[in-house]
Amino acid sequence: MMLSRIAESMFWIGRYVERAEDTARILDVQTQLLLEDGNIDEAQTCRDLLLIMGIEPEDAADRLGIDIDQRVGIEQVLRLLAYDMASPSSIAAAVGAARESARRAREILSVPLWEVINTTYLSIPSGRFGGLRPPYAFQWVRERAALINGTADATMTRDEGWHFLMLGRCIERADMTSRLVAATSLSSGGTEQWVSTLRACGAYEAFLRTNRGRETARAAAEFLLLDRVFPRSVIFALNRAEQCLDEMEPGSTRTGFRDEAHRLLGRTRAELEYRSFTDVLLDLPEEMETLQGTCAAATDAISRKYFAGAEAMSWKGVMQ
Amino acid sequence: MGADRVDVNTIFEGYGASGPAYDEMFDGDQLRSPYLRLRDFLETMTAPELVSRVESLQASYLNQGVTFDIGGEERAMPLDILPRVIEMDTWSVIERGVQQRVRALEAFLADVYDAGRVFDDGVVQRRVITTSSHYHRAAAGVRPPNGVRVHVSGIDLIRDNNGEFRVLEDNVRVPSGVSYVMTNRRAIAAALPETTAQHRIRPVGGYPQRLLTALRAAAPAGVTDPTVVVLTPGVYNGAYFEHALLARTMGVELVEGRDLVCRRGEVMMRTTRGLAPVHVIYRRIDDDFLDPVHFRADSMLGCPGMIDAARAGNVTLANAVGNGVADDKLVYTYLPDIIRYYLAEEPVIRNVDTWRVGDREAREEVLDRLDELVLKPVDGSGGKGIVIGPHASAAELDELRTKVLEDPRSWIAQPVVQLSTVPTFVDGELGPRHVDLRPFAVNDGERVWVLPGGLTRVALGKGELIVNSSRGGGTKDTWVLAGPVGQLDGARRSQRQDGAQ
Repeated sequence: MMLSRIAESMFWIGRYVERAEDTARILDVQTQLLLEDGNIDEAQTCRDLLLIMGIEPEDAADRLGIDIDQRVGIEQVLRLLAYDMASPSSIAAAVGAARESARRAREILSVPLWEVINTTYLSIPSGRFGGLRPPYAFQWVRERAALINGTADATMTRDEGWHFLMLGRCIERADMTSRLVAATSLSSGGTEQWVSTLRACGAYEAFLRTNRGRETARAAAEFLLLDRVFPRSVIFALNRAEQCLDEMEPGSTRTGFRDEAHRLLGRTRAELEYRSFTDVLLDLPEEMETLQGTCAAATDAISRKYFAGAEAMSWKGVMQ
Repeated sequence: MGADRVDVNTIFEGYGASGPAYDEMFDGDQLRSPYLRLRDFLETMTAPELVSRVESLQASYLNQGVTFDIGGEERAMPLDILPRVIEMDTWSVIERGVQQRVRALEAFLADVYDAGRVFDDGVVQRRVITTSSHYHRAAAGVRPPNGVRVHVSGIDLIRDNNGEFRVLEDNVRVPSGVSYVMTNRRAIAAALPETTAQHRIRPVGGYPQRLLTALRAAAPAGVTDPTVVVLTPGVYNGAYFEHALLARTMGVELVEGRDLVCRRGEVMMRTTRGLAPVHVIYRRIDDDFLDPVHFRADSMLGCPGMIDAARAGNVTLANAVGNGVADDKLVYTYLPDIIRYYLAEEPVIRNVDTWRVGDREAREEVLDRLDELVLKPVDGSGGKGIVIGPHASAAELDELRTKVLEDPRSWIAQPVVQLSTVPTFVDGELGPRHVDLRPFAVNDGERVWVLPGGLTRVALGKGELIVNSSRGGGTKDTWVLAGPVGQLDGARRSQRQDGAQ
């Protein structure tokens, strides 16, 4: 049992830390590609990047203060997605939001966990993060996320707070991996692209070993979506999220699942796993959008069930 | 090596502890005995070492988030690297004085919200209380479960020009600052491990357990395993750091008003498993914001129904509602009489000399001497509204005179007390800075326990007398020695030899 408001904070710490890390992974690979491969159209890559992260061209232009038909370069994308605290999709904003959630849950975080989150955040207003260029900036984010996750792993009791943290992390990871997969299939979808996506997930070596060195687009997509033992795959993340929900509501009944979020996540996972992969591949972007929709719906269901008590209550004074 | 060693004569050269204020380290050129070891330690330091320790001290506070809020901006609490040392005997006087004060304040509050004997016997005029904005009818007739209203108090002390500790004000509503006492100790022990180990310092880390014990002891009758919570206004409150630290170190929930709801006269908190009952609320919200039903209808910080739940005896609020009548600056002037009246004892620690401007004879004298006195609004806290005569311009004094004449009852006057000074490391050099001391006391109904240490606040500006953190003040670790300083000479010699090896 824990305060609903604290449970909500834990969930969002998990999500935001994961979002910061995954955004860094995506940007890392894309900026490297631009450097290495002269044939890539920078403007197209930038548009794709913004789209994956859910920023429509109008919003991008608006936030950058430019006309919609003006060309958006990688520097501007980095501002929107990495450095600019005021841009809600940026790494800086995600780190700031994670820290703000941590501040609200401070009394239940272990001191070392609070401190790694806090010092990570402090690098943003101090300008340290802004002073780092790609790829060092992204490496730094990955390392800080590893430090935060590792400290949580080493110092948190496996109680509800932990489950909410993990739940947030897993849902975010499923969502972000699906965005990466969608983006890859949207662009040329060649093997090269898939290799870079695998690298963004830290999955390239694991993929090669699993597939004995054969690189195909299909195998790569399958690995990222369906591999049951690779921790950044969509299926792995969904499985873990379901486990968390299970542990939060032990003593399940003999039939079905009562928890709405559990039903949503389980159904989507089964859809992916039990359909023929060829079928799934037919319209990968569409499938991934459905998956992202599920993540959003599950988040809503979790909020209603566990965090609803935390909703700000408005009080109308009797003396007015 | 010898060349870059800080010669104490150099580091204290031009220290300039002259003037009327009492310096706690030096008596003229003479070192005072509690500071012998600290001085010896400083002799072994090089200047770059001291500076680098100051830097890592500051960084550690920022990283740990030991902060307070000014107008929405989060700042690291400035902590001076040099501790303040208080010897055993001096402390035992403070301890007895604070205990006495708290017992008297408890008796006074119990009386004020009950029979009011103190008025009938002519010790304090009833008018003094009923005109106080902190008097709450809602608290009248409520008898707290174990009789305690002042679970936590902070009694502000200063040291006058003769070195005597005096009470400057009492805080029995929601005194804050105790978290810094604990974090300061850890930070200074990390920054100056050698000298910390050489002193026998009484520990301060036991505070949360004492507080929790007192809060549990205050649970409503019949509740054997009470649920205790800390109630905070939220993350934007200046003392949020402290609220979180206390909840964490007591192992209890930190709740905001919106986490609470009242059902059938009971206070519940919203959890992931539904509503759970709450029995003791250590509330860090002012009376006025606790319950929109009784107090400010626009308050979003508290929880409607909480006061009725407390009146019904289903939940204990700590500290009790209505305590503000006792730490009012006007009531302060009566405290020596109040102590004599209830306890039949003489005050152990004297008040600072104070005039009630509401009294006619006093008023004339005060108005005559506005330029040499300190005028304080009765209701103010945190240094708000205070006018220090000698520092005020003629225009400010005229404005003050008008205000005082409009509402004399709202003011008290005190001579300018030169708070004592302690060496403080500011901008790379040691200088005397004015300090006060807030010892914290916890009353569990059996006895009043005084945390050995207390919060030393220091005004970082040269000659500055206002120590509040909201006015640019900092803090110092406060070392209460566990043993006498008698055998210092031996310790000192052997330590010197160590240094030479």
